[in-house]
Amino acid sequence: METLAGILLNGVASAMILYIIAVGLSVTLGLMKFVNLAHCVFAMAGGYAAIWLLQKTGMPFALALAAAAILVALLSVPVERLLYSRLYGAGDLDQVLFTIGVIFVSIALARYFFGPSPVNIAIPDALRGQVDLGVQFPAYRLLVLAAGFMLFAFMWLAVEKTALGARLRAAVDNRRIAEAIGVRTDRLFTLTFALGCGLAALGGALGAEILPMRPTYPIEQLNYVLIVVSVGGLGTLHGPFIAALVLGIADTACKYYVPEFGAFFIFAAMIAILLWRPNGLFGRA
Amino acid sequence: MSHRLRVMDVAPWAAAVLALFVFPRHLQLGTQILVMVLFVLSIDLLLGYAGIISLGHAAFFGLGAYCAGILSVRGIGDPLVGLAAAGALSGLAGLLCGLVVLRTRGLTLLMLTLGILLMLEEAANRAAWLTGGADGLQGMQVAPLLGLYEWDMFGRTAYLYSLAVAFIGFVFVRTLVHSPFGRSLAGIRENAVRMEAIGAPVRRRLVAAYGLAAMLAGIAGAVNAQAFQFVALNVLSFELSGAALIMLILGGAGRLYGAFIGAPLYMIASDTFAKLDPTYWLFWLGMLLIGIVMFRNRRAR
Repeated sequence: METLAGILLNGVASAMILYIIAVGLSVTLGLMKFVNLAHCVFAMAGGYAAIWLLQKTGMPFALALAAAAILVALLSVPVERLLYSRLYGAGDLDQVLFTIGVIFVSIALARYFFGPSPVNIAIPDALRGQVDLGVQFPAYRLLVLAAGFMLFAFMWLAVEKTALGARLRAAVDNRRIAEAIGVRTDRLFTLTFALGCGLAALGGALGAEILPMRPTYPIEQLNYVLIVVSVGGLGTLHGPFIAALVLGIADTACKYYVPEFGAFFIFAAMIAILLWRPNGLFGRA
Repeated sequence: MSHRLRVMDVAPWAAAVLALFVFPRHLQLGTQILVMVLFVLSIDLLLGYAGIISLGHAAFFGLGAYCAGILSVRGIGDPLVGLAAAGALSGLAGLLCGLVVLRTRGLTLLMLTLGILLMLEEAANRAAWLTGGADGLQGMQVAPLLGLYEWDMFGRTAYLYSLAVAFIGFVFVRTLVHSPFGRSLAGIRENAVRMEAIGAPVRRRLVAAYGLAAMLAGIAGAVNAQAFQFVALNVLSFELSGAALIMLILGGAGRLYGAFIGAPLYMIASDTFAKLDPTYWLFWLGMLLIGIVMFRNRRAR
């Protein structure tokens, strides 16, 4: 029972990190059909930025996370305007090659500035201990877990209840009609791209305690993020959320119960789900 | 398109034979290049002719490499038997995968090809009793080629062997793309709906192309395993898939000679620059990729 609870809690905590990183990609893919393999680059940028800010300025932990997310979001705007926006409507192959190029450049830059070895984030002492929830559970992961659920609730409200969210949903459903009734989808996209990158940065920074930053991070995390997005279905908020939960818990359980198989079942399950529902569990045809 | 013999059909092979005498001390790199030429050629068949983008073509390269490698560890050391087995296994696996994944398109297709590669990589990583896992497959005993030619320490036999296999592979692909089958693949790439309308069995053709490309990739993998008498886990990596894709784009997709330009260029550049400084190499490679894509998609503003 206690191990079960432990697996569940740890699984949900890593699921929340995955979700925060992946949700931006889901929107990008749903809205612009842009195959952005380089999405985790922004998560890595957020992680390194938070680590750097904590080391150099000694600012409070929460502030460093927020600053890292905002910094990356701002940085993503010129990247989107100058590079990504030229490839909307280009073929899958060009988008794949371009984003692989972005990954290579980011790996090289990360290695140049931060060195090849993993860098850990210094979490505040107050969050280092264990919390007793029937089982002993790290306080920091509890915070991650809570942050994930709060972000999901916040985003759900933003997309379902605000005018911006309504425009976004309209553009995902049918971009041309949305444009015809006056939604400026290019601006909308720059905004959502920046938000998605900011969220990815936040996810990378929040998760840096569990997944330390290293130059190859964008490739290592890519598989998991792509699985969450494609299994969850494009252009929805709850799809990736549920997919991340299932993946996080299943991954933790597999590592605990059948470590000799590693991630094999995860990949096999993804293939099976995609064959059964090519648009993902919650995607619309 | 004429299929008369062109300079580009002959020149690479002349250069490859010449290299044997000009660079006798770089035959290992030469063998690697020839293996990649064959692998990139198989991707060209898939991407350049049939128009299927795969992020996981290394799955079949790795399958062929492990097939030939494991056979030779278990006492079946004849290289040609290993080669045939690897080609058959990869081709069969390719047909099966093609039947399943080609029902989807776009992102889902990309994810499925990637997923199959990841699954195989993880399987090879974990099944250490069979594959050697992360340490690589040790103890390959490859018998002399045709029972006559020992694998010498300078890599001459390996080089000539890979040259011969790559050449046969090239002749096969060249014949294939100029055949009615190859022309109908190009038609499907250009407009699948119209090909369906004029009565071409689109799905069946694509599955066949997928199987053939997988077979060629498996043969390339087998040659790689036999020539270096070692199989490491990186034959099943996303990095290999990506690198081969980059080689094809550098050389030009859908032109057959793309593999002969892209593979040597990439391999020699990576051998030279990556030794000097892998960070700079990766940076400039990424910049080059971004540049190529931007150039291809430039529009008048």
